[in-house]
Amino acid sequence: MTTLPAQTDRKLGLVIDLDTCVGCHACVVACKGWNTENYGAPLSDQDPYGDDPRGTFLNRVHSYEVQPLATSDMPHPAAQLVHFPKSCLHCEDAPCVTVCPTGASYKRVEDGIVLVNEADCIGCGLCAWACPYGAREMDEAEGVMKKCTLCVDRIYNDNLPEVDRTPACVRTCPAGARHFGDLGDPDSDVSRLVAERGGMDLMPEQGTKPVNQYLPPRMRDEMDQVDVLAPFLDPVAEDAGGFIGWLDKALERI
Amino acid sequence: MTHHRQPELDTSPPVSDEIRRTTCYMCACRCGINVHMKDGKVAYIEGNRDHPVNRGVLCAKGSAGIMQHNAPSRLRAPLKRVGPRGSGEFEEITWDEALDIATDWLAPLRETAPEKLAFFTGRDQSQSFTSYWAQNFGTPNYAAHGGFCSVNMAAAGIYTMGGAFWEFGSPDWERTKLFMLFGVAEDHDSNPIKMGLARLKERGARVIGVNPIRSGYNAVADDWVGITPGTDGLFILSLVHELMKAGKIDLDYLARYTNAPVLVNGDAKSPEHGLFLRDDDGKPLVIDRATGKLAAFDKPGVRPDLHATHRAAGITHRPVMHLLAERYLDPKYAPEAVAERCGICADKIRRIAGELARVAFDEAITLDIEWTDFRGELHQTMTGRPVSFHAMRGISAHSNGFQTCRALHLLQILLGSVEVPGGMRFKPPYPKPVSIHPAPHCKATPGQPLDGPHLGYPRGPDDLALLEDGSPARIDKAFTWDNPMSAHGMMHMVISNAHAGDPYRIDTLFMYMANMAWNSSMNTRGTLEMLTDTDENGDYVIPRIIYSDSYSSEMVAYADLILPDTTYLERHDCISLLDRPISEADAAADAIRWPVVEPDRDVRCFQSVLCELGARLKLPGFTDGEGGQKYADYADYITNHERKPGIGPLAGWRMGENGLTHGRGAPNEAQLDAYIKNGGFFSAHIPEAAQYMKPWNMGYQEWAVGIGLFDAPQPYIFELYVEPMRRFQLAAEGHGERQPPDRLREQIKTTLDPLPIWYPALEDGHADPEEYPVHALTQRPMAMYHSWGSQNAWLRQIHGHNPLYLPTKLWTAHGFADGDWARVTSHHGEITVPVAHMAALNENTVWTWNAIGKRKGAWALESDAPEATKGFLLNHLIHELLPERGDGMRWANSDPVTGQAAWFDLRVKIEKVAAPEEAQPVLPAIESPVGTGPDELTWKVGE
Repeated sequence: MTTLPAQTDRKLGLVIDLDTCVGCHACVVACKGWNTENYGAPLSDQDPYGDDPRGTFLNRVHSYEVQPLATSDMPHPAAQLVHFPKSCLHCEDAPCVTVCPTGASYKRVEDGIVLVNEADCIGCGLCAWACPYGAREMDEAEGVMKKCTLCVDRIYNDNLPEVDRTPACVRTCPAGARHFGDLGDPDSDVSRLVAERGGMDLMPEQGTKPVNQYLPPRMRDEMDQVDVLAPFLDPVAEDAGGFIGWLDKALERI
Repeated sequence: MTHHRQPELDTSPPVSDEIRRTTCYMCACRCGINVHMKDGKVAYIEGNRDHPVNRGVLCAKGSAGIMQHNAPSRLRAPLKRVGPRGSGEFEEITWDEALDIATDWLAPLRETAPEKLAFFTGRDQSQSFTSYWAQNFGTPNYAAHGGFCSVNMAAAGIYTMGGAFWEFGSPDWERTKLFMLFGVAEDHDSNPIKMGLARLKERGARVIGVNPIRSGYNAVADDWVGITPGTDGLFILSLVHELMKAGKIDLDYLARYTNAPVLVNGDAKSPEHGLFLRDDDGKPLVIDRATGKLAAFDKPGVRPDLHATHRAAGITHRPVMHLLAERYLDPKYAPEAVAERCGICADKIRRIAGELARVAFDEAITLDIEWTDFRGELHQTMTGRPVSFHAMRGISAHSNGFQTCRALHLLQILLGSVEVPGGMRFKPPYPKPVSIHPAPHCKATPGQPLDGPHLGYPRGPDDLALLEDGSPARIDKAFTWDNPMSAHGMMHMVISNAHAGDPYRIDTLFMYMANMAWNSSMNTRGTLEMLTDTDENGDYVIPRIIYSDSYSSEMVAYADLILPDTTYLERHDCISLLDRPISEADAAADAIRWPVVEPDRDVRCFQSVLCELGARLKLPGFTDGEGGQKYADYADYITNHERKPGIGPLAGWRMGENGLTHGRGAPNEAQLDAYIKNGGFFSAHIPEAAQYMKPWNMGYQEWAVGIGLFDAPQPYIFELYVEPMRRFQLAAEGHGERQPPDRLREQIKTTLDPLPIWYPALEDGHADPEEYPVHALTQRPMAMYHSWGSQNAWLRQIHGHNPLYLPTKLWTAHGFADGDWARVTSHHGEITVPVAHMAALNENTVWTWNAIGKRKGAWALESDAPEATKGFLLNHLIHELLPERGDGMRWANSDPVTGQAAWFDLRVKIEKVAAPEEAQPVLPAIESPVGTGPDELTWKVGE
């Protein structure tokens, strides 16, 4: 068992916009590339050209179909598709840390990032079992637990231009669906975004108090509602002859 | 209990030794990339923040470039076939030997019959170079892959408005308030579209997605129109009907900037019936509303009248506007009349029309920008209609695709939303009228270059590529009566025509980056038979095949000689204003690739190989005055080639009289270094007053002349009525010297209508819609679009197999459950494949990811890779010809205007069957010339 810090100075995390995510997997591969080359052991791939390719990814995108229920306004609602990127949520009450028998898993006091000290990790896998989100992945080649570091080797890195001191997934997202910042500061851009858009905890019933927040998709398919505000267009003519008559008058007004 | 403790952590580790900035080639988007190098090796790839295309972001493919560069499927050295074609048995040879063989094959062809070389390229980003090489060789048989991709979109755009969607136009992302997307799962502008959608979402603009499949961009759209495949044109013309009926069209814009006021010859007996009335200078005539008299459309001060007609010799000549009203106010386009066929309820069509009108007219934008139009009129403002559209392959790859794309452009133009603030805008070198595009050239002369560029935009029957006896001049039969406006050629017909010896036999098929032996051909198995078929002497019917690729694709096994290309990180390239540059709507821009690493094997940049081969063949453009090699390599060509004096492949950092200049100038030996220093690209901003209204804005026209896009200003009006199409109709009606064969007269009269029309997909008239009631489509996944993805260890973990997705109605009706398989049958063939349920799908449509299925032995994958055991191609169900229907003829499965391959016309039936061991059909494994990849990757370049 490992203890969590009583509190952290900041709560760095991600805000992920499910309204905007197009499911392109850019974040998945940017993360794979950066973290293969950087923090700790490379993210390995087993059977990469064979029948069961399986590698370590710290961030994956899942897609879910949603079938809204029929209402009197919308008797035949169309199904929707939601793309859902998922990585470690850097929980305040991170069960992956408290379950760790060696202290390898820890939550940083200064920013709340949850990390694995690979030197102390014995690869027992308890943390992956404890995480309700399935956010941790055991690297088969190295035998250590890998997880999102929030690019701790980028966000403070003096060797990077300041503008690039952001997680690789955020820097690369073409759809602007990923935001990074201090969710402990109510005045931060990310906190304001969460407030404006009704950002949500993932599976709050688990009591993990995740730092990362998800912005829900906005209302879809308003045009399918039986009663919408936009009125139909009023005709100026019923046929070509009438139209050409209208045309002459309309041209006079230009 | 282990107490909280934090280890020492270095949060500022060194990132890389050096960043080399070049251009991505993982798809057609051409983003700028920062390649981080460690110990001389590629360590990490990220987007270049300074780059005009991607501004720092990068997609999954781009970030996975490192796995492409190091893929085990990379070819290693030139190969000579030693086993039978298709076996994959090769021996490695030297480059000298390879070039000797190629020269021995090609030199005699050039001296006797240059058309016996057919040179076609696939995902080639050097078409201005490869076409120049083919033109120098003298063969008429050259094209890239546009004919089987989206030529309908390109040709409809160019003919209608002098520019197309693709990556050549984009919504005004900063100002548009309503964006409507048709038939796009992913597109060439893959990162710009995502970045643009993000901007729209930030601003609260509305997005409407029109697509049978609600994936990707359509999943994030505010409203989804799950249209029935092939009916987009009908839906669009219904919107046109509603807007016209309500008078919600931009009359001022139509009068000034389009041919809506141009008078059409109304004399049904005249050989010029339906052509424009013209003055003695050949200029189309309008009636000037100020004087009531005839005037050239572009006369200074003229106010073209949309209403008045011209009566002469008892005949009334009417403006195009009248013809539009007559056609589109017809009740057959009313929402109720089209709703069922489109699969969209009539009220929804009305609401969309209402929303388009509301945003275009009630939320119009005015920019206080002064500009002068081509008639010399000074305007104090620019009016914007903040409605924009984008469309691509989903509406294009049908046999009614050309007219559907035209219909969409008609809709855009009626709303006054092209080249205005908030609308759709072109990127230099577009806008560009048809009049300054070449017409096709096809005259082959032994020992001589071709008489001009291969591809172009026919203005009428005189521009068809026909020999004196009326037979096709080109092996693909592009620019013939079957498909007169095939502006990109018809690569998908090359192998079947060459095999049939129709219109003639060829000797050597030379291809680059085109996987014709697999996912790039219709009727894949039949294509393989054609490639391996032998004549009565045991010789191959297609005698010689040369192929260049970087990777061990399926096509490699079917060639006799392989010229292995480099990866994109090992080569020079230019993404040129002569070709398909990286321009944005506010800037002309071009870019390079350069070898950020040297090849570690015996491969060469294909274009450099063509420089040497061209010299060996004594092609005039590739030899110097003494008969030696003119360009040492592609970099030398990029730097020193001049297409005309002062204009070369790259516009940046040319040599002027007083030092460095841009646009026009002499070659500069240090040009590539200047590009490298600038991040791999050059960008020239368009002045603010010239950024909109470009076809008519003299400020833009003069800027374009200055930078070398044109030699003189080229203002023009949009062609709602496309007169060249009418010229083909006139021929079909019996006018003129060049006459179509009788079998095609009706087809030409119907489909080459100069105003947009809709007709059902041609396959519906051949394959029985009752027997084959289901539409079958493919989409490319964003993480693999145009990316040669399956040998990429990271990308194949995202998309490693491809079920056939079934809508709820079919899923339930057939009693499918997870893990089930289906037999899918078309008029041409059958496949047996795994299925999955998808609710967000048109109820009569099934679909799968394209080109995930791979052949055993290809791409250095193991034979039991899921791509080869569960993955599959729909190509087996699609034939290049439509089924017989008893008229004694076989009609092409393509658009009768452009010849575009009608991939998405496919109709199938579905049956539930017991799961086979593997997806059917299974083709025998080919031998891999490169073996297979390693069992594990633990990739780390640095310490």
